Amino acid sequence: MADKVIITENLTKKFGDFTAVDGISFHVNKGEIFGFLGANGAGKTTAMKMLIGIWEPTSGKAEVAGYDIYRDMENIKKSIGYMSQRFSLYEDIPVIENIRFFGGIYGLSRAEIKEKSAALLHKLNLTGESKTLVSALPLGWKQKLAFSLAIIHQPKIVFLDEPTGGVDPITRRKFWELIYDAANEGVTVFVTTHYMDEAEYCDRISIMVDGRIAALDSPAALKKQFNAENIDQIFTHLARGAKRTAD
Amino acid sequence: MSGIQIHQINKSFNKGKVQALTDISFNVQPGELFGLIGPDGAGKTTLFRILTTLWLADSGTASVNGLDVIKQYADIRKIIGYMPGKFSLYQDLTVEENLQFFATLFHTSIEKNYDLIKDIYIQLEPFKARKAGKLSGGMKQKLALCCALIHKPKVLFLDEPTTGVDPVSRKEFWEMLKRLQKELTIVVSTPYMDEANLCDRIALIQKGHILQIDKPSAIINAFDKTLFAVKTSNMHKLISDVRDLTEVNSCFGFGDYLHVTTNNNSTDENHLIAAITAKQHTDIEVKIIQPEIEDCFMALMEKE
Repeated sequence: MADKVIITENLTKKFGDFTAVDGISFHVNKGEIFGFLGANGAGKTTAMKMLIGIWEPTSGKAEVAGYDIYRDMENIKKSIGYMSQRFSLYEDIPVIENIRFFGGIYGLSRAEIKEKSAALLHKLNLTGESKTLVSALPLGWKQKLAFSLAIIHQPKIVFLDEPTGGVDPITRRKFWELIYDAANEGVTVFVTTHYMDEAEYCDRISIMVDGRIAALDSPAALKKQFNAENIDQIFTHLARGAKRTAD
Repeated sequence: MSGIQIHQINKSFNKGKVQALTDISFNVQPGELFGLIGPDGAGKTTLFRILTTLWLADSGTASVNGLDVIKQYADIRKIIGYMPGKFSLYQDLTVEENLQFFATLFHTSIEKNYDLIKDIYIQLEPFKARKAGKLSGGMKQKLALCCALIHKPKVLFLDEPTTGVDPVSRKEFWEMLKRLQKELTIVVSTPYMDEANLCDRIALIQKGHILQIDKPSAIINAFDKTLFAVKTSNMHKLISDVRDLTEVNSCFGFGDYLHVTTNNNSTDENHLIAAITAKQHTDIEVKIIQPEIEDCFMALMEKE
């Protein structure tokens, strides 16, 4: 089981009599880019929030980075990185203070933070900008910085929640190249997106409909299975069959 | 004169430090579905706020349905509908109360203009007693559209109505717009390049500049390079390998292919195939394809 960094079994979340996530079972392999797709309201945000420890499941089992999500949530939080929709940086403080802040949050020591800050600034070509407010950085740089900070503590898994919404097409593609680099270094990437072309960049994808996983495989295998030209067609086919419309 | 005329509009913020719009000029014809296509920070919302008389431009002139945005701002407000990017209805009023409120504000009633919103409102009717804040994303969007239409405007401004919305709901929203277009002029902004093809004409906008304005098909025809789609069994490695080739001008991921242009603009795939084979790739597929709007946008961005 060592090569599986996320394992869920009948994972379920209910809000009152509404079942947001309805017994999902899947796994994510170490080092893969896993795309987690679904229409608005299909349950993907709820599922992701259980995996990163924001919400406790109603029932079912799950392990993230080898830890049980009921008993070992604190260890899970240390083993994962998270980048929310758009950026999780603080716009009104300088680049260097963002690095120190996130380094501290993710439990790095002062010495580690000092060492990592210098290396990170160098890697991102931001050495001359360390005292610049994040709000003054171009969009592409902000995004690189946000992603680098989400993996500053070398997590086993990084969760990316719609990281590319509203971003220009060139920056969006450069961001995916960062994702590839991280995956090549062994970080597992769990990513949600509404861009169907980005689904093709993933090693495997799942598509959620009405709280369940309606499809899960590599993009190529899914296209074969559904006899479709692209993921958009599969998504449309599955999501049009959805019964519920609530978010 | 109807439709929209925009002439040499400039707008800056922070005492000129941030130039949001630079020399924007274009016209929208009456009855047209016109798209402003560009990423966050392109200036789409700033332009909407000037046209809807909420902000003043630093310089330049604009008119909506023949009315000047400065001198006749009060008249413009009566004949336009505006759906801002952020949900701006009253969260603690019900669906029906919100609609009633906007109808009353414009001295009309839901019944009077019901025909225009009927198709959309039917989907909301089961929830008409629900508070707007408790609606799902898709339903909020439909209610906001109804509220923007209830006074039967002549021009409708929609600022990123589909951002963050899944592909299926986006398609349904555009189907609604196509039906509405028979009744009024529509200007709609979006960061999704694939929605460009659904507009009559589009302006591609980036960092306050208009890159190009035309029919989507004309923008695609104006793409002046041969575009290759390339695929092998190792796509991650392929990106850097292709970029290393001296003859390659641009190379971007596009779903399960790379889109590649070359400097000499040759239409011969064989040279590219040979170069990729030399980099130890297998299952190589190279074909010439028609560009999409997103290819055009990226090519124009690189020219800037």
